[in-house]
Amino acid sequence: MSATALTYLFVGLSFSLYIGIAIWSRSDSTKEFYVAGGHVHPLANGAATAADWMSAASFLSMAGIIAFEGADGARYLMGWTGGYVLLALCLAPYLRKFAKFTVPDFIGERYYSRTARLVAVVCVIFISFTYISGQMRGVGLVFSRFLEVDINTGVIVGMAIVFFYAVLGGMKGITYTQVAQYCVLIFAYLVPAIYISLMLTNNPFPMFGLGSFMAGEEVYLLDKLDGLSTELGMSAFTASNKSTIDMFFITAALMAGTAGLPHVIVRFFTVPSVRDARISAGYALIFIALLYTTAPAVAAFARINIIDTLNEIKYADAPTWFTKWEDSGLIAWIDKNEDGHIQYRGGNALDPRTPAYIDAEGKEGQRLLSNKATSNENELYIDRDIVVLAHPEIAELPNWVIALVAAGGLAAALSTAAGLLLVISAAISHDLLKMTFRPEITEKQELLYARISAAVAIGIAGLFGIYPPGFVAQVVAFAFGLAAASFFPVILLGIFSRRMNKEAAIAGMITGLSFTFSYIVFFKFISPELNNAAHWWFGISPEGIGTLGMLLNFTVSFVVMNITPPPPPDVLALIDNIRLPEQEEN
Amino acid sequence: MSDKNTLYWKANIRLMLVLLSIWFFVSFGCGILLSDYLDQFHIFGFKLGFWFSHQGAIFVFVLLIFIYAWQMNRLDKKYGAS
Repeated sequence: MSATALTYLFVGLSFSLYIGIAIWSRSDSTKEFYVAGGHVHPLANGAATAADWMSAASFLSMAGIIAFEGADGARYLMGWTGGYVLLALCLAPYLRKFAKFTVPDFIGERYYSRTARLVAVVCVIFISFTYISGQMRGVGLVFSRFLEVDINTGVIVGMAIVFFYAVLGGMKGITYTQVAQYCVLIFAYLVPAIYISLMLTNNPFPMFGLGSFMAGEEVYLLDKLDGLSTELGMSAFTASNKSTIDMFFITAALMAGTAGLPHVIVRFFTVPSVRDARISAGYALIFIALLYTTAPAVAAFARINIIDTLNEIKYADAPTWFTKWEDSGLIAWIDKNEDGHIQYRGGNALDPRTPAYIDAEGKEGQRLLSNKATSNENELYIDRDIVVLAHPEIAELPNWVIALVAAGGLAAALSTAAGLLLVISAAISHDLLKMTFRPEITEKQELLYARISAAVAIGIAGLFGIYPPGFVAQVVAFAFGLAAASFFPVILLGIFSRRMNKEAAIAGMITGLSFTFSYIVFFKFISPELNNAAHWWFGISPEGIGTLGMLLNFTVSFVVMNITPPPPPDVLALIDNIRLPEQEEN
Repeated sequence: MSDKNTLYWKANIRLMLVLLSIWFFVSFGCGILLSDYLDQFHIFGFKLGFWFSHQGAIFVFVLLIFIYAWQMNRLDKKYGAS
């Protein structure tokens, strides 16, 4: 069967599985809709958390970023896993003991304040929508390239599937589809990685293959890759180019941001006990680590394979995947020395960096560009996001593996989108309506509002997919930076400081948020030409500024809490209670 | 809080701080601050600093969470179910 037919088959099969689960797991109460009734097995929650967490960015983009950036990619690997240690040790068990439905719930009650709850709701909605737009690009990418439908149709199909299980099943439906989606995505990630690892290193475990000899040679794969890269004027794969302080701050922002992301935190409300919340975080990180420790291997293998298959090849002899991605606008070739061969070297080939095609073909049949040629010898532009999707074709793996990767990419994007949608819907129906503006509504009405807001949120997310705002890539830093500068300190202090009060929480959140927000907006939107190390404060890029925002939040909180009255006695009792060991359940 | 609960809380904090120091050491320490220095040593085909930041730290993170869950269950047994 052709790759396209197989892709239709695999994607169709996985989608029917998700729909089947949705029908089987309808939610009939708000508790089921928001937290799956609170009786998800910790192992199932671990898998669901992993799928919830690993988005199109982890599945599609991360290995691509590492392939091109080498050692610096570690900020994502450590940042997006290290956050789970903070979550498991400092937040999840206590929030589970608190036993409510949402993150704004905790902030509203712990800080006995509607204002604090509303600030939290605004952050939740902003962070979640930012994040969803990235998922929709992932869905569109897979559909347009592998199923040869246009992006809009792809987004609409994806939305329809999510609508089905999120609106019907709420958290219950989402949880069990996420378990299935985890299985699909991890299988889809590991199979090609194992194949390629065997081809390059004879080692069936890609994470160890990365540290092995090249097949049939007495030279380590990484040493060979470093040599190959420097020879072509690229920086060595294992060499770091970012400044230490920037790496430090970005990694810290990603860790604290991960621990403060509402759609991850809320997963720990779904397990039966505090004990289960702790072990469940461990399972989640094992499931995540399986992909994350494989990613650098995939990245290194891809860089070797790309250099091998493309460098000094005649354009006319380039493999078919090359021209297909060129048609999709994600690969471009500019024949600087007019020899008809592709020269792949260090540096950006084009100015500006991303290709702008004109409606004409060159001598060799390549798509012509309006970009200027840069002065270096590199003639090739490859979009980072295609590395994972294209790698099976680059390595000439069988068609079914290519189809599998497409299904895996969709699973990663849809599972994360669904988790985010649920958080948005709960923030609106529960925190905004039931707890703030319309306390008189019955549970039935609240459930109806939850379904309606989920449906509306899906519609908006779909629009983001069809008309992607140009700033999507720019604002991903927002989601983590804002979570790190707002939720993480406020929740942490709410648990570990009995003195922490309403005034300090609001002042801290507003300081952290406005500082982080202004810094990112300034460098990304107002003066992008100044966005370089020379102008950054202390050499910290907008990606890492959330850490500084978090430190400011902590400082302001400490000062304010010591000059304002302590929390009332019922709140102190609440704090004492979430710290206590769990009573034996019988 | 009663004495027993205070002891439980103190033991919890102590355990957390020990584990978080290890967390900081393997990621920010070995993976970032000491990474260049550690790169002169090798583990299989990896430079050591590179290995910590790309794989080693993650393996340690997993271990830390399981140690925490296991130790906290012990503390729960010792101080809980009052």
